[in-house]
Parts: sequence; C-alpha cells; structure tokens
Amino acid sequence: MRVTFTANGKPVEADDVWEGESLLYVLRERVGLPGSKNACEQGECGSCTVYLDGVPVCSCLVAAGQVQDREVRTVEGLADENGELGLVQQAFIDAGAVQCGFCTPGLLVQTDALLEQDSQPSDNDIREALSGNLCRCTGYEKIMDAVRLASARKCSGKGATA
Amino acid sequence: MEFLRPATWDEALAAKAEYPTALPIAGGTDVMVELNFDVHRPSAILDLNRVTELTEWTNDGSVVRLGASVPYARIISELAGPLPGLALAAHTVGSPQIRNRGGVGGNLGGASPAGDAHPALLAAGRDVFVEAASVRGTRLIPIDEFYVGVKRNSLEADELIRAVRIPVADGPQQFSKIGTRNAMVIAVCAFGFALHPKNGTVGTGIGSAAPTPRRAVEAEEYLQGVLAERGLWESGELLGTEVVQRFGELVKAAASPIDDVRGTADYRRHSLAVMARRTLTWCWNDYSKQIRSAA
Repeated sequence: MRVTFTANGKPVEADDVWEGESLLYVLRERVGLPGSKNACEQGECGSCTVYLDGVPVCSCLVAAGQVQDREVRTVEGLADENGELGLVQQAFIDAGAVQCGFCTPGLLVQTDALLEQDSQPSDNDIREALSGNLCRCTGYEKIMDAVRLASARKCSGKGATA
Repeated sequence: MEFLRPATWDEALAAKAEYPTALPIAGGTDVMVELNFDVHRPSAILDLNRVTELTEWTNDGSVVRLGASVPYARIISELAGPLPGLALAAHTVGSPQIRNRGGVGGNLGGASPAGDAHPALLAAGRDVFVEAASVRGTRLIPIDEFYVGVKRNSLEADELIRAVRIPVADGPQQFSKIGTRNAMVIAVCAFGFALHPKNGTVGTGIGSAAPTPRRAVEAEEYLQGVLAERGLWESGELLGTEVVQRFGELVKAAASPIDDVRGTADYRRHSLAVMARRTLTWCWNDYSKQIRSAA
C-alpha cells in the first residue's frame, strides 16, 4: 500500500508498504530518515521515539498505515534547515551525554517534549519523563546533566551556544 | 493482509462485520509487538485511529463513559478525580511514550491477566460495563463476565469495544503493583481496592495471579460484613490488625497463580496479601479522615 504523511514539515510518500509494517521501518528504510533507531521493536527502549501529531510515541509501535495524512517529527527535525543543532541536541553534546549514541535520538525527542511542557523540570520529573528511554552506556548522570543544561539555556532564553 | 481505515464508528462496525478476523489496532502498544515479532499474522488490520469519538469521555456525575482509545496519559491528567483507582493504575503502565498511545480498550481486547487496568476496573464497583458494539447492536457486558480465559474475552467476532462505563468514585481507591522497577514493567502481580460507602460495599481486583483478572469475592464479603456489623462506615474507627490480616489472607486465597519468568506462585500469593493489607489501610485511613473532618 501507499502511505503519505508529513515528516519534519515536508510531504513524504512511501510505496509498497507492507500492511503490518511499523512507522519506524518506513522512516528508516523508505523515506531516508534513519535518525530514529531500531533496538527492541517492542516499546521497551524508547530509541525510536518520534512526535506523532505533536505527541512523543514509540514509532516501532505505530502501524505505518496509521500515519496516513498525519504529521511526524523525528530527531532530524530538531535541527533547523541549515543543519544547525537544536537547543536539546547541543546540550547533549556539551554535557558529554552521548556515548555509543544509539539511545540518543530517542532521548533527544523525549527531552524536547518534556521541556516543551515544563521548561524547569525537577530531577524527579526528568527521571519520570525519561523512564521509557534506556541507555546502557552512560549510567544516566550525563544525560541528567544535559537535560538540566538544556533547561537552563531554555529558561535564560539562550539558544545553542557555539 | 488488508489494512482497513474506517473514518467513522459505523464504518468500523461494518468493516468488523465484513472481516470478523480483522485485528483492531488503536494505540498499537500490544498489537505492533506481535506484528514486529511475527507472533501473529492477522488476515486484516482494522485501524481505529480515525474514529475520534473513541478518544472522548463523558461524565454525567454518576458514571464515566470512557472511550476505548482515551490514552492512559489523559486518564491520569483528566480523570484522577472521578476514577482515582484507574488513574493510579494508568500511571504504572509502561512509559510516557506508551501511555501516550495505549488505552483501556486495548487492555480489554488483549485480556492479558497482567493488564494494569483490570484490577482497577474490577474494584471500581459492581456496575462496571464494557460497551461492546456490532452492526447487530450494542450490549453491556459486566466486567466480571468479560474475562473468560488467558488472553480471552467474551467479545463476539463481529464486536468492537466502544467504551467502558465506570461509576464515579464515592470513596477512596488504591492500586498497587509489584515489578522489578518503576517503569516498563509487566506486573508480577497487582491489586486494586476501592471503598464504596454509598452502598456499603468494597471492591477488589487481582491482576497477574490467575488465568484471568478476578475479584476476591470472599474477602469483599468478609470486609463488608465487618464494616456493617461494627458500624464502621458511620464511625470511621480503626479496623484493627485482625481484620486487616484476615482480609489479606482471603485475598491471597482468592488467587491461583503460576510460577513463571516474572515470579513464583508463592511470591505472588505472599505479595498479594501484603498489597491487600496496604491498600485497605491506605483507603481506610483516607476514609476515616473524611468522616472525622465531616463530624
């Protein structure tokens, strides 16, 4: 079947989509957006987190046919048109919150969603918001630092610093 | 495989009548796992995301009619007042991403004994009904009669779950769940408890400790008897250790758990007794406070 939807503000079209296929597969294999990662395929790890109509979801658990005519925003969509990194992305780099990097795209989208709702989350709020994103390298401390840094920058009105 | 995308509820019912083996999908948090791992290959998938009334709820003051696809995240943020037990259970489901998609309709459709919503629904009162609809009409299935076996429910092949009707809480409700961590956990076992002072009853729900979610009927009857005989609904006085212990033992006796990868049958029985005592104590303390502050 054919599926058409909006990805990061642009209309996209995927052909020959299998009816049982996930949105994650379509993003990675059919429309050239491999930022969302495929790890567990059962919603346990959060590596494939994307916005679906503005709500963060596991793209491995959305059937491709369900996104027809809807809006998807992936980790690629957190950077601007020129490739300049978004505030959350830059904070993860500056805080050294990336090790192997496989969980990072999901954490970036989920953190972006958290700070959109609450720009000054407590540590407990951060842990709760990121409880569905597994990282097996960092022990989460650097990730906590990155979210706090992004929060501080967002609140002080500064964008990403060079 | 067909992918059916009805735009309205009537179209959805017509599609289910035409393709009775079609697998309904809404949040996808269970269905997609099975498809991703090729556990299940249905003849057709029936996508319910376009049927917007499934994501709506109404409250007429005595009953909440909860649309099958209202996501857990919204049950927590919008319905913690009228449905406190279900909101607590919803908070233990998966992760934020899962709670943004999954809803009670999927828990009921899957009918896993481990579904987090079930103990809260069973405890919420005798008048909890699953609204099952088909082109033939709508029937209200009492929640006790809905679960018929491991991952089996009493829906007919042409029926879809439209909503669940749950009485608005008239007393404290609690939910407790055992798992290895706070997020992303399938319950080792779970327990829901509710006080219904208006009609002098109590509600219980056991999860993950029997082939189906079930009530602890003898425990309910014992406690109702004690509360009535001793005038405790009116006085709000302490229940006493003996009553709390006995209630825990009766809940434990109502379970018929198995040993599996998540825990042993013995552990499940033991932790059910603990959860029953705790949730009863929490609820009764809240109720006592209400009685005293009203006096």
